Amino acid sequence: MKNRLKVLRAEVNWTQAQLANALQVSRQTINAIETGKFDPSLKLAFKVARLFELGIEDIFQDEAAS
Amino acid sequence: MDKRKADSNNYTTSINNTNVHMLFWTAAWLASMVLAAYGPRLIWDFATLQTILGVLFNLGVGFGMILSTKRHVQTLDELGKKIFLDAAAITLGMALVCGISYELLEDIRLISGEPQISFLIVLMSLTFMASHAAGHWKYR
Repeated sequence: MKNRLKVLRAEVNWTQAQLANALQVSRQTINAIETGKFDPSLKLAFKVARLFELGIEDIFQDEAAS
Repeated sequence: MDKRKADSNNYTTSINNTNVHMLFWTAAWLASMVLAAYGPRLIWDFATLQTILGVLFNLGVGFGMILSTKRHVQTLDELGKKIFLDAAAITLGMALVCGISYELLEDIRLISGEPQISFLIVLMSLTFMASHAAGHWKYR
């Protein structure tokens, strides 16, 4: 699954640690999602979407569908 | 977006707290194990009541350790849970496969001594630590 998390984070000028704190996860989790090593659960994906005030599909894209 | 929310660090604080609790319960369990093992010989000369109390105390503290580990896992985020679960699965598999093979060695007379449970515990500890470290390395 591809995602725009790194781009969105850069737009608001946050560090990985700040994003991790806002989502109540570890910095390692943010890094693993950004590098595509780990796909978040639906619950965390919704949390990310709410934080950036976007839809889930604006942040996460299914590679198989594209 | 609220920048202050990003600067608060509840997750790390929670993990540190549960780590300290887990460390405390593990140390207490080890201490109670020493008491249950050596108390009868060195302190109360195999008196039955004290020996039973020592074993029950060891079991009680052991359950406390299990609950503190459960609480720690519940506090982990989803990647942390995945790494922990992967390490636990590998450890369980290793303990089952190697434990039964090790026990078989005596039955088929490839070793002369009685198999020791302590070897299995050392193997499980090393396997869990290695798998856990490998998980963190994989998602670094």
